Amino acid sequence: MPRKKITISEKVEYLSILNEKGQLDKELEPDIGEDVLLKLHRTMLLARKFDERLLNLQRQGRSGTFAPIKGQEAAQLGTIAHLRPSDWMVPAFREAAADIWRGRSLESIIIYNNGFGEGVAIPKDRNDLPISVPVGSQIIHAVGLGWAAKYRQKDDVAMTYFGDGATSQGDFHEGLNFAAVFQAPVIFVCQNNHWAISVPLSKQTRSKTLAQKALAYGMPGIQVDGNDILAVYAAAREAVQRARTGGGPTLIECVTYRLMMHTTADDPKRYRSDEEVEEWSKRDPLPRFQKYLLDKGLLSEEKMLEVESEIMEEIQAAVDGAEKQMEALGDPLDMFDHAYAEMPPYLNEQKADLARELSESGKEGDHG
Amino acid sequence: MAKMTMVQALNLALQQEMKKDDSVVVLGEDVGVDGGVFRVTDGLINQFGDQRVLDTPLAESAIVGMSIGIAVYGLKPVCEIQFSGFSYQNFHQLENHAARLRWRSRGRFHVPMVLRTPYGGGVRALEHHSESREAYWAHTPGLKMVIPSGPRNARALLISAIRDPDPVIFYESKAVYRAFREEVPEAEEILPIGKPQLIQEGSDVTMISYGAMMRPTMEAAAELKNKDGIEAEVIDLLTISPLDEEILVQSVKKTGRVVVIHEAPRSFGPGAEIVARLMEKAFYHLEAPIERVAGFDIIMPLFNREKVYLPSTERILRATRKVLAAK
Repeated sequence: MPRKKITISEKVEYLSILNEKGQLDKELEPDIGEDVLLKLHRTMLLARKFDERLLNLQRQGRSGTFAPIKGQEAAQLGTIAHLRPSDWMVPAFREAAADIWRGRSLESIIIYNNGFGEGVAIPKDRNDLPISVPVGSQIIHAVGLGWAAKYRQKDDVAMTYFGDGATSQGDFHEGLNFAAVFQAPVIFVCQNNHWAISVPLSKQTRSKTLAQKALAYGMPGIQVDGNDILAVYAAAREAVQRARTGGGPTLIECVTYRLMMHTTADDPKRYRSDEEVEEWSKRDPLPRFQKYLLDKGLLSEEKMLEVESEIMEEIQAAVDGAEKQMEALGDPLDMFDHAYAEMPPYLNEQKADLARELSESGKEGDHG
Repeated sequence: MAKMTMVQALNLALQQEMKKDDSVVVLGEDVGVDGGVFRVTDGLINQFGDQRVLDTPLAESAIVGMSIGIAVYGLKPVCEIQFSGFSYQNFHQLENHAARLRWRSRGRFHVPMVLRTPYGGGVRALEHHSESREAYWAHTPGLKMVIPSGPRNARALLISAIRDPDPVIFYESKAVYRAFREEVPEAEEILPIGKPQLIQEGSDVTMISYGAMMRPTMEAAAELKNKDGIEAEVIDLLTISPLDEEILVQSVKKTGRVVVIHEAPRSFGPGAEIVARLMEKAFYHLEAPIERVAGFDIIMPLFNREKVYLPSTERILRATRKVLAAK
């Protein structure tokens, strides 16, 4: 028998609407309400300025290790903007912009970055999972959440975030496969920021795109310019709509770039060139979006400065507020809480023993 | 009351709990149409449909990860890992997430899932099908580790596990699955998780075991009574973690002599923790060094040698007589 070709009819699309110079493809321009556009801009600017402030705090020794988001704001905001509060957000650990959009307080981020579990508490009105550090392992939880919503005949969806490195993990492949098999309402958002700490995308995969991996699992995959918030927004709107109406999962690859270090414990100069970072700085999502809003007449230079000064005050208030809140934290016995619904006897004993030791030695909790 | 094997009793528990509560869903490899390779989920798909009994693709990490998501949503997934020897591919989902989401979210979310999986030797199976690695899960704060020893307590504990608000690893002994029948009442019966059971009262020596090892332990206790005139007190742990030592301590205060029996490897096994707690809480009541009868610290041999590997009635007797002889 001769070899035959099996035709795979699906294609991977690439979507870009607002190029790096801020030029718009009018035909593809998504219809987004003015209030949403302005909220996206404000959140993007806030996330950017807050990220810079967090880095300063860390360098001053006023905060612990964290993962900066600079450069990835559009990928996060263009996707998260489509979720309702009852939808599920399943983050990795570099999604501060999406977190802020969902209503997470700046204070809570500072508190978490200072090593207090209190900072990652999720309020009852948001269906957001807490930060997940082991790369890719959270992806499957989104499948379970989406499946459960479907089981309960709710049209809620689950959106999960991960990076290019996570696409090498088994959990990424298992997650996509399960989601497709069960047609779970899940949006897989890959922030392809080109670097998994020191390992470049070229060493992570031989695939031309990450989006194409979706095809192997029988779901749509799309690659978008992840620094173009309009493209991200348009692609995510389609994916969320499909998931909500029973059309199953989608993989969105947002091509973006991590302009800063992996975490503050890392020195990217060891593995990548300044020229590369310089090149990507030109594709920064923020000025491009601002140019679009200016061209559209939704923003003015004055208004932008006004928003920025508002934001700087908000950030300062959050830093002050968080530092004040943290003075009241630090009771070491807190670490025993939330182990189980009901504390087993031996844990009660361990907690009581520690309490006694602490009071005998006259030491109080370290306030970090 | 009907006489049932452990397989049938577990099936009854699942059926009754699914009938009672539509948040209970079952997922795993071959659990639907095939009814599970040991038939524990037999018939559930017919009774409850393929939207509640999911034949999943073959991927342990995703079975557990998906269960975590389902549980966080507020349902009660009961997933099956076909053999506990394959549960290392989902180890990180249990250690990194199932055990921690309550803590990480500061109580906003919890993971009321059950992971059922067959464990242990004695059925002449292939490599990876006979280990007893409960210590892994018992060592992870946030998980519960339950091992029934017979049909009746298996049924009662599985219902408790499903209703438990925290993740429960539920080990089912393959050697016990069809080994014997017990009366299992049709009416609901539950046993608390975290409470060992006093199976037989006695004043000469305390024998502590669980799971498949309860049978050789009971045989040894009977022989001690018949041949040596020894009254052994026998305790079935049922829950490995959270371990409640109270009943063990009370027993040791009475007998002063202890043997701990499990098929898990000896070093760092559950026996080590039990012995340590007894040293802490009942040292001055001990009249002899505590003996452990356990699997050896080697890879579980293939089935031709498994009988020698597994604690036998003879080994248990030898150890218990040694403890009894100590002055």
